Amino acid sequence: MAFFGFKHGVHPPEEKGLTSGLPIRRMPYPDEIVLPLRQHAGKPATLCVKVGDYVERGDPVGLADGYMSVPIHASAAGTVSAIGLWPHPDGSYAQSVRIAVDKYALQAARPRMVPQWAGLSVEQVIKAVQDAGVVGLGGAAFPTHVKLAPPKDYRVHTLIINGAECEPYLTSDHRTMVEFPERVHFGCRVMMHTLGVKKAVIGVEKNKPDAIAALERTRPTDLDVTILPMTVKYPQGAEKMLIHAVTGVEVPSGKLPVSVGVVVQNVGSLAAIAEVFDTGLPLLERIVTVTGHGLSRPANLIVPVGTKMKDLLAYCDGVTPNAAEVIIGGPMMGQALANLEAPVIKGTTGVVVLTSDEVRADAVYPCIHCGRCLEACPVFLNPSWLGDLARVKRFDEMTENHLADCMLCGSCSYVCPSNIPLSQLFQASKAALRRNPTVGAA
Amino acid sequence: MTAPNLIVAASPHLKDRDTTPRIMWTVAASLIPVILSSAFFFGISAILVILASTLGALLTERWLGRPGALRDGSAMITGLLLGLSLPPGMPLWMAVLGGFFGIAFGKAIWGGLGQNGFNPALIGRAFLQTAFPVAITTWPKPGGDFLTLKGDLFAFPFTSPAHDVLTSATPLGLFKFEQKLTPIVDLVLGTTGGSVGETSAVIILLCGAFLAWKGYLNWRSPVSIIVAVFVLGQILHWVNPARAADGMFHIFSGGLMLGAVYMATDMVTVPTTNQGRWIFGACTGALVVVIRVYGGLPEGVMYAILIMNAFTPLINRVTHPRVFGTVKMKEAKS
Repeated sequence: MAFFGFKHGVHPPEEKGLTSGLPIRRMPYPDEIVLPLRQHAGKPATLCVKVGDYVERGDPVGLADGYMSVPIHASAAGTVSAIGLWPHPDGSYAQSVRIAVDKYALQAARPRMVPQWAGLSVEQVIKAVQDAGVVGLGGAAFPTHVKLAPPKDYRVHTLIINGAECEPYLTSDHRTMVEFPERVHFGCRVMMHTLGVKKAVIGVEKNKPDAIAALERTRPTDLDVTILPMTVKYPQGAEKMLIHAVTGVEVPSGKLPVSVGVVVQNVGSLAAIAEVFDTGLPLLERIVTVTGHGLSRPANLIVPVGTKMKDLLAYCDGVTPNAAEVIIGGPMMGQALANLEAPVIKGTTGVVVLTSDEVRADAVYPCIHCGRCLEACPVFLNPSWLGDLARVKRFDEMTENHLADCMLCGSCSYVCPSNIPLSQLFQASKAALRRNPTVGAA
Repeated sequence: MTAPNLIVAASPHLKDRDTTPRIMWTVAASLIPVILSSAFFFGISAILVILASTLGALLTERWLGRPGALRDGSAMITGLLLGLSLPPGMPLWMAVLGGFFGIAFGKAIWGGLGQNGFNPALIGRAFLQTAFPVAITTWPKPGGDFLTLKGDLFAFPFTSPAHDVLTSATPLGLFKFEQKLTPIVDLVLGTTGGSVGETSAVIILLCGAFLAWKGYLNWRSPVSIIVAVFVLGQILHWVNPARAADGMFHIFSGGLMLGAVYMATDMVTVPTTNQGRWIFGACTGALVVVIRVYGGLPEGVMYAILIMNAFTPLINRVTHPRVFGTVKMKEAKS
């Protein structure tokens, strides 16, 4: 049996059983939609509506600000009630457009806004994908059209599709692969055609046999698409780990995947590309796993972008009395939410409600040099040593010890018996270095 | 829906259930069979020595350690291991003093748990070895009535303890100074003279196997120590049978099992990389045999481990694996 995985890594409890068997359902429109103009990596969109405007479902409220940006579209018809700062799921406040949803609107399909895919040139596809506001739906929300046009001096030979979904609890990609495998394949076809690659590999962790079976069943015969079952381990879905598992090649430190001839895209993003060309509507909604032992009724939901977390949790019958922490994304890399008024945005893969039994303890002990973090780190760093350096703010030495290769997967913090917040220390150190690259280099 | 009281913490929000106190207390608890077996061989004296050294260690940790440091269980392990490495007839005040010295100078002075370079229990023992060379090499005979006190346990501090009790040399001493070989069966079962914990190799190995199964002990250093001692001991035995005992004798005699399983696996003072643990173990094993065969002392486990503790930072540095993606790679340029 071939081994498709990586060394090190951790095995957090999967907890996917809460929602992995639940079909995707559509959530009704809430009374109000809040659309932050900053929902993607790159530049925020520029506002193009004013208070009092009536917007149809699919109308833009923000336009792409240059190439590294995408537009934001109204996910429901209604009236713009206010424009201003609003809680953002990342914990900050962001310029947002609030829309009072029109209860009597049909919220129906409109004349096609995105052209049919067949017959489009590569440039037209890239333009159409950007205009539809498609971003990577795996969490980072990197504009998809940028990935469709890699730098010309690199030759891309393989498209790798990330269906690992290694974060505990989350099942939105899993259900997408089970229920809409043909959309994944259609999105794959669009990307392969646009990138001009002949080979695509869909990496799926072995704990999703139904997804693997569904993808195999609908696999197109005219394309070289392989479905690769991978070892179940966190962080198998990290871009560099996935590329290593599929191609056996390590992406050089500090380089992009394209430097080894690979482009990686998430299955959810492929399904979104397919849906955009299929329905002719821009990206207006996404599949969100709402789950956790602290939630009354876990579900996989199609949620209009801009739905407030408060409404989303209420639709799932609210949280249980022992709910302690609401996380946007998965519990390993996700962001704890302080304000339930924050909306679902394009990059929201899931909402996990942890109970007071699951959250991290407060007590921190000294490092006992057990070496578990060294055995957990997927990129072979020495988190224990880096943590010591971070505490004394020796950031220059952290850089020498490859801090830049840390992807903040959290494996070290997860295994640390002394409960040292290693990942958080590295996040803070990276932020300090970003603010001032010469900090500590005295 | 009422808004719950939300915790806002940094990722990851999940945590493996193991904690440092749980590891430490499990290691301490795993010593119970070893302590019971030494009580079986040496009677109540063994228990008293262990209690005394543990008392010294715990009081010192309470005095010099961080507030609440006793709860992490590490001082308990130090005290127990120190007691197990002393002769069962050791005057108790010396054992208490050893516990104090081990924690104060082996750990607290470095900055407490996790900061010390050398194994605190062995620091305590090295101090006692230097300060009281006679008391620490006076080995009462095993066996006898459970309640019979061995040696001069209650000697008043700073008086010369009476050593006119029944004593016996350890198997290593017997071989080194009288060229008498102890039967291997006695060594394996532990029915020989020696320290409190230098008893049954089988029980120590079983306790170690339990810890390794729990993931609280990395098997690489004990295995490499035992293999290195066996191989080097056997080679030297072939070269000069009169001077060096055979490999089996080496691995089952003295404090080797206790040292290999419980002291060369102390997370704080041994290398953190697996490759480093192999190197640490192999070098420790080699030093043990060299000290035993060529040194002035019959036993070398303590100094071998302490010497290798000093090399731990160096071993860590040179054995760190290559960071992912730092290899020179041909880029897919067109």
